[in-house]
Formats: sequence, C-alpha cells, structure tokens
Amino acid sequence: MLEIKNLHVEVGGKEILRGLNLSVKAGEVHSIMGPNGSGKSTLAQVLAGRESYEVTSGEVIYEGQDLLDLSPEDRARRGVFLAFQYPVEIPGVSNTYFLRAALNAIRKERGEEEVSAMDFLGLVREKMALLKMDESLMSRPVNDGFSGGEKKRNEIFQMSVLEPHLAILDETDSGLDIDALKIAAEGVNMLRGENRAFIVVTHYQRLLNYIVPDFVHVLCAGQIVHSGDSTLALELEEKGYGWLEKESAEPVASGERG
Amino acid sequence: MPTDTERIQDLTEQEYKYGFYTDVETDSLPPGLNEDVIRLISAKKKEPDFLLQWRLKAYQHWLTMTEPKWPNVHYSPIDFQGIVYYSAPKRKEDGPQSLDEVDPELLETYKKLGIPLEEQGLLAGVAVDAVFDSVSVATTFKDKLGELGIIFCSFSEAVLEHPELIQKYLGSVVPHTDNFYAALNSAVFSDGTFCYIPEGVRCPMELSTYFRINARNTGQFERTLIIADKGSYVSYLEGCTAPMRDENQLHAAVVELVTHDDAQIKYSTIQNWYPGDDEGKGGIFNFVTKRGKCLGTNSKISWTQVETGSAITWKYPSVLLLGDNSTGEFYSVALTKKRQQADTGTKMIHVGKNTRSNVVSKGISAGHGQNTYRGLIKINKSATGARNYTQCDSMLIGDQCGAHTFPYIEIKNSTAHMEHEASTSKIGEDQMFYCQSRGLSAEDAVSMIVNGFCKEVLKELPMEFAVEANRLLSVSLEGSVG
Repeated sequence: MLEIKNLHVEVGGKEILRGLNLSVKAGEVHSIMGPNGSGKSTLAQVLAGRESYEVTSGEVIYEGQDLLDLSPEDRARRGVFLAFQYPVEIPGVSNTYFLRAALNAIRKERGEEEVSAMDFLGLVREKMALLKMDESLMSRPVNDGFSGGEKKRNEIFQMSVLEPHLAILDETDSGLDIDALKIAAEGVNMLRGENRAFIVVTHYQRLLNYIVPDFVHVLCAGQIVHSGDSTLALELEEKGYGWLEKESAEPVASGERG
Repeated sequence: MPTDTERIQDLTEQEYKYGFYTDVETDSLPPGLNEDVIRLISAKKKEPDFLLQWRLKAYQHWLTMTEPKWPNVHYSPIDFQGIVYYSAPKRKEDGPQSLDEVDPELLETYKKLGIPLEEQGLLAGVAVDAVFDSVSVATTFKDKLGELGIIFCSFSEAVLEHPELIQKYLGSVVPHTDNFYAALNSAVFSDGTFCYIPEGVRCPMELSTYFRINARNTGQFERTLIIADKGSYVSYLEGCTAPMRDENQLHAAVVELVTHDDAQIKYSTIQNWYPGDDEGKGGIFNFVTKRGKCLGTNSKISWTQVETGSAITWKYPSVLLLGDNSTGEFYSVALTKKRQQADTGTKMIHVGKNTRSNVVSKGISAGHGQNTYRGLIKINKSATGARNYTQCDSMLIGDQCGAHTFPYIEIKNSTAHMEHEASTSKIGEDQMFYCQSRGLSAEDAVSMIVNGFCKEVLKELPMEFAVEANRLLSVSLEGSVG
C-alpha cells in the first residue's frame, strides 16, 4: 500500500529525515517510535502533504501512484488520513458541516453520491456512540473550545467517519487520560481490517498496549534504525532509546545542517 | 507547487459577474452641477416647491464644504463637474407604471441579477423596489402592502402622494448640513425608496430595494426613508451592483430611519458594487450616510451589512438612541480584496436612559485590500444606565493586505457599562492544511474559514438573504484554482 524509499526531508533548511525507508502493506499496523526530534511528526506531516516540509530526494508510492505528486486534498480524497497531534480550531464552522463537506469531497472522488443530511446524521450518531462522545460536540465549531482530550477524540471520530485506507496517527495518545486512551484505541481497533493500514506515531509504549502493532520501528535522527514486532516496544520501554542510538551505524548526533 | 499564500492570493482574484451593461435609451442631463441642474431635476420630478427650496439650501451649504480627508482611504480628487447627476431610462409616458409597462430590457436586467420583478417569482415573499440609475423602475407588492396601510414606493412617488410625511421626516435624521456627501445628496438626490409602517403593524414580508448603476459617468444619489410608527416592525434589505468600467463612479446615498415607541426596524445591506480591477482601476466610490433615530421608548434599530464590493467604501450606519430603553445594533462584514479600500463602522449615540448598543464588526482583508473599522460610542450625560458591547475582529488573508481599527469612546455618565473586544487573525497555513488534509479544496477551505469567521453577523441576515451572502462571500474569494 505504501512504499517509502530513501526519503530525505528538510524543514527550514534543516534536514530532518535522512534516507527513511518503510514498507506498509494493507491490513498492517506499524508503530513509529523514537526520541524527541527524531523526525516522527515530520514523517506524518510529509505523508499528509504539508508544503513547508521540503522533500529533497526519495520517493513515496501509495497505492501504485506517486504520493508526493498529489496535493493534500487529493491525498485525503484517495484515502490518506492524518490524525493531528495538535488539531486546528476553525471558529464558526460547525463540526457537522465540516465533516460532511469532507466526507462528500471523498465520496465525490470515489464516484459516489453526496450523503444526505439525514443519512449523515445517522452515521455520525452511530460513530459517536461507539466513541462515547457527547453529541453536543457536533454542533460546536471545529475543535473550538474543545479540551485537549476532546480534540484528540474528535480526530479519531473523523477518522471513523471518513474510513481512510491509510491512517496516520500522530501522537494521538498525548493529552489523553487512560479512559480516553482506551476509547481512542478501540476506535482504531474497530477500523482495523485487511484493506486498511495504520501508521501509529507515538512516544510511549502505553498506547501499544491497546493498539497492538504488527511492526514497531525506531526512528533516530531521521532514519529507521531498528525494526521488530510488538515486543520491541516493551523492550524500548525498559531500556530507552540510548542503546539503539549507539548501535546505529550512522552518526546521529552530528551532521545537522544549519 | 504554489505556496499557500500564493494560492490564497489567486483565490481572492476572481471575476465580477454583475459587470454587464444594459443598452437602454436614457434621458440624461449633461455632466455638471449648478442651481439650474437642481431645478431641472426637481422639475422633471414635478416636485412641490418646499422640496426644491430644501435642495437649493443644501446646495448652497455644500458649496461651503470640503471633502472629508480623515478617512483612511486614498483616491484621486473627484471632478464633481464631470458627473452626470440625472440619468433615467426613457419612458413612453410619464407617471408611475405597472409592471407590464416596464421596459422588457430592464426586467431582463434584473432577472440576470437574480432579482425577478414578477410577483410570483422566486422571491415571492419579498417586495422589491428596483432603482435603475436615477429612478425607480418598478415596485412590487405595493397593493398588497397597501391593504395593511403600509406605504412602500419610490421616493419620487412618495413626494407626490405623501408630501406631509416627506416634509416631516426628510432630513430629520441626517440634516442637509451633516457632511459633504450628505449635503450633495440632499441637493441632487433623484430617487430611492420610501416606507411607512403604520401603528401596530408588523410588515408581513421583507421589503427591499435593488440598486443598479448602469449609465456611464453617472452618479447615483438615492435617498431612503423608513418610518416605523408605534409598535410596528419591518425588515428591509438593499442590494447593489454596477457594470465594470474603467472610471470610478460615485454613489452617495443617504438613508434615514425613524422608530417610534416600541417599533423596530431591521435594515440589512448586501453591497456588491463593482470593486474595480486588479490594478485598482475603476469601481464604485461608495460614500454613504446611514443613520437611524430611535425616537420612541423601547424602540430598536438594527443594521446588518455585508460589504463585498466598491473600490472604496466609506460608511458608518449609526443609531441615535433618544428614547429611553431603546436599542441600537450594528453587525458588519466588510471584505476588501484586490485594491479595495473600506473605512466603515458605526456610531452609537446614547442619549436616553438605559439605552443599549451592540456592535459586531468582522473585517476581512485579502489581496491588496485595506480594511478599517472606525467606531464611536458616545454616552451622553443624560444616558443613565447605558450599556455598550463592541466586538471588532479582523482577518488577514495573504501578506499584502492591511487591517486597521479606530475605536472612539466618549463617556459623560459614570453609570455607563462598556465592553470592547478586538482581535486580529490570519488564515494560517495550519487551518488551510487541516481542511485540505480532510479532502477540502483550497477554495472551499478559504470560504469555509471566512464564513465561519463571519457567522455571528451572517446569522443576523433575513433567511432569504443569508444564503445569498454566504454565496457572495465564497464567490468573492473563488479563484482560478482547479
């Protein structure tokens, strides 16, 4: 589904990703872990199409096409979804209106009819109940005045309505208490299936107790330095990242460009 | 790939779709202004002498005045002798006409503008007075409204049929000495709309005037006068468009509103005059004086405006709160793009006890647009217990535009309660990216964010027009992308 080859990315003239390789097949859940500043969020943003992140070399093939060639909206319409680490507020635009416009944009791309207001309401109610969300959130402006936890849950909720092929979760666990974390993880697990893949970016192993990944990758200084199964996450929890940084062939602390 | 800023820039540069010109035979005066021109206008309209004298008095006063220089707008001097002060589509006969007699060319024009003048048309719940250059060409639903005692007609007609009301109220809110453009308007105004809602009547439909400037080099100087008698209610809307031309055209209107005890006027404007081209060539100078007087106790005047057109907008719909417990409201969205400039806001003058005013202003600047909010809240000594709330938000789209805020506050009574909130925001890359990452196009994202920003104001518009305003705001930002 997703093939990342030798990806180099700069932000503001500074190289963050330095030759990242990753292969994700449909049905798989990959977790990206790593210390602060290793490039985890950069990877998430680049995949979603953030333009201030400049790809200097490498390629990303998604469902057989060059992902980097597509605008952010075209990526979304073809099934890429990013759950933001910091969801953005849009005052005055109701959550319902926003999400329905998004869903219809995606359906249009698929050649499907626009969803009617009634059907949409039904869909929304069903998903909200699953995620134990307060229905009043739907009439409120997008993320405006939401608590940190509400914002994160809203991302998972959007994901469950939009049903992407490839979902990228950028530190969805940060800012969630344990109950909210379980609910969010449940939301992800419900969507797991053979046609869908997940990239779960996280700092801590905690989330992976609830979303058990097929693969765990450790990102250090812009490269994946170690990969393993879900037990790797537990090992990292115990040992930290230091041993991998030492193990890594590339010098990782130096070589930053101004 | 263009950057977001460039893309937003593109989005704000869109074509003006009302820029066509209607080829009708006109009855026009030569350009220029002097006493004879005023006498001619008055004679063409068969006006009573009191009105001619009033015009001449205004003209004499205007000669002593100079153009205001304090607005935060820039333009080359206006040649007041180069303007045509009267231009009207030719009629077969004089006198008011029924709809069947209106030139089909004119009906077609309004149809093209989305304002059908047939009473069974799309806007069946809205009565329309259609003003074309200097004259009113049609007024719908007059008879039906007449059954309730409501007078809704062109200003010229009101002068002939209800001179006592005109004499009583004309200039009672905006005197002919008020300001440069109001004085000019008082001297040369040609037509406009007159409404009178009798005691205790709630007007059953929206009343509206649609202003169209068509002829070249012509100024439009209309006057609107609305009187709501005791306990009455009316909701009124005006809309405006003009052809695309290289020269600037002057639109200097005066609107006066009067509410008696327990009466309420809700006045909404959707202004979409031709804004000029990308380089700032052409476009309408919209220099307008609008003021309401809450004469009676418990009366209320509410202004809502969506200003998306004109090269320059200079207007401050205001409320004079004389009656005790009266309320003034001002809800405004002003959008400037390309080279447009707007200096707009309101004045709330509190005189009566326990008077309240509420001001919500949303300014959006895109392209090279310059947007200024200017507001005065004045609490007089007599206005015990007055309250005001002002909220003033600016949004910047792109990095070539500007937003300015000049709030003036004068308080002479210590019991006054004032609140003022202001904010400036930028449509950020973050918001755009968030919307786009959910599948929305850049165009849809901008219009969604802008509409969200304006929501508090748009919800004040009558239902029939809220949709239109929404569309206008998105159209105004629609671009060449995609």
